[in-house]
Amino acid sequence: MVEIGTERVKRGLAEMLKGGVIMDVVDADQAKIAEEAGAVAVMALERVPADIRKHGGVARMSDPTKIEEIQNTVSIPVMAKCRIGHFAEAAVLQALGVDYIDESEVLTPADEEHHVDKWAFTTPFVCGARNLGEALRRIGEGAAMIRTKGEAGTGNVVEAVRHMRTVTNEMRALTTMGDEQLMSAARDLGAPYELVRELAKTGKLPVVNFAAGGIATPADSALMMGLGVDGVFVGSGVFKSSDPALYARAIVEATTFWNEPEVVAKVSRGLGEAMPGLEIGSLDESERLAGRGW
Amino acid sequence: MSRVGVLALQGDVREHLRILESLGADAVEVKHPEQVEDIDGLIIPGGESTTIGKMAVRFGLLEPLRSAVRGGMPVYGTCAGMILLADAVTEGDQPLVGSLDVVVRRNAFGRQNESFEADLDVEGLDEFFRAVFIRAPWIEKVGSEVDVLATVEDHPVMVRQRNILATSFHPELTRDGRIHQMLLDMIGGK
Repeated sequence: MVEIGTERVKRGLAEMLKGGVIMDVVDADQAKIAEEAGAVAVMALERVPADIRKHGGVARMSDPTKIEEIQNTVSIPVMAKCRIGHFAEAAVLQALGVDYIDESEVLTPADEEHHVDKWAFTTPFVCGARNLGEALRRIGEGAAMIRTKGEAGTGNVVEAVRHMRTVTNEMRALTTMGDEQLMSAARDLGAPYELVRELAKTGKLPVVNFAAGGIATPADSALMMGLGVDGVFVGSGVFKSSDPALYARAIVEATTFWNEPEVVAKVSRGLGEAMPGLEIGSLDESERLAGRGW
Repeated sequence: MSRVGVLALQGDVREHLRILESLGADAVEVKHPEQVEDIDGLIIPGGESTTIGKMAVRFGLLEPLRSAVRGGMPVYGTCAGMILLADAVTEGDQPLVGSLDVVVRRNAFGRQNESFEADLDVEGLDEFFRAVFIRAPWIEKVGSEVDVLATVEDHPVMVRQRNILATSFHPELTRDGRIHQMLLDMIGGK
């Protein structure tokens, strides 16, 4: 029997992206630069997070024309973002044939209470998480891939590190618990009990987990890989740097050789300016994107 | 015990290592040219073929891989691995290891929404193989020395030519080790 859109097929594409870099792009030219640098996929969006931050207003799904231009230009997978809870944008992205939908806090949320029911789609979803409970809630809703939220558009990796460490610590705690503790752990995490039980046994998430939100240099990527993520998303870090093609390539190489500092050193030389960074403490609560969704 | 390398530049390396270990092989990651000399066989995993090819060029792995495969080292490629082992692809000019006398069409079944799993009839296996196809390629043209071991809608999706085995699908995403065992048998000279 031939089946499409199965859990294995959805999660499987994310498995193929492991060890790779997914880059935010706003048009076909940027997508081409990303592909030539060795990106495993591109993420189509209207503005990179740093510009969303700067210009404000409501950030929405990209114009379908832009997405199609990107699809027609590159042969690697094309992902695109929809607003949290905006199942109609998600349906449009599925109709366009994007390879993955990112239900993203970087865009302005459409629903403050509910995320999209991702089981209802053939196209797989990736969702952001700050902690294990959030990751398991999204997986419970059908997400086939998870990423840290970090703090997008800041060029500051500290929040991505915080989120990854939180997830890892919470997973480790589960593996040391007795079976009788798992229901109250599920209650405290706000996570589906079945997923908590499975994780307590395996010690790892049932889906691929990437880093995102604030990765700006090759060493940032190596840092996140060293914390145990499966790969990285780079948003503004490439196209807000002084030399996007060079930066993109260096981040790809540092991601493969994250545990070989001499390679990371070599690829980090002479890259020019990284994107300008923002101190997280300088952001108002309302300017923080990671708090969107629950 | 056979020492089998998995090319670890990008892709689902871990799944291949796991399945090889479950079959009793000594499975190791290959990221550097000199490591190619220390293995009895090689797997090129699923992943993004353009990324893996570019990284192989940049880090000096393409030539050592070519000469190993030409020299008869048993090698198995899944999906991206099949593309990299092919002599040619229908579109684009990405770096390839080559030696497998076929022309491959990338993403031939379509985008992710068309990705599928199905029970596949594989020559040499008694029972169906649950095959997972993800943005999978198929083989458009087959050379005269290439054996076609499985097809989907008449398109070859599994082939063997001498020391080279290739599938469009991903046995490593299942618990079924029968195709990996074929590679181990090739290494063992069976």
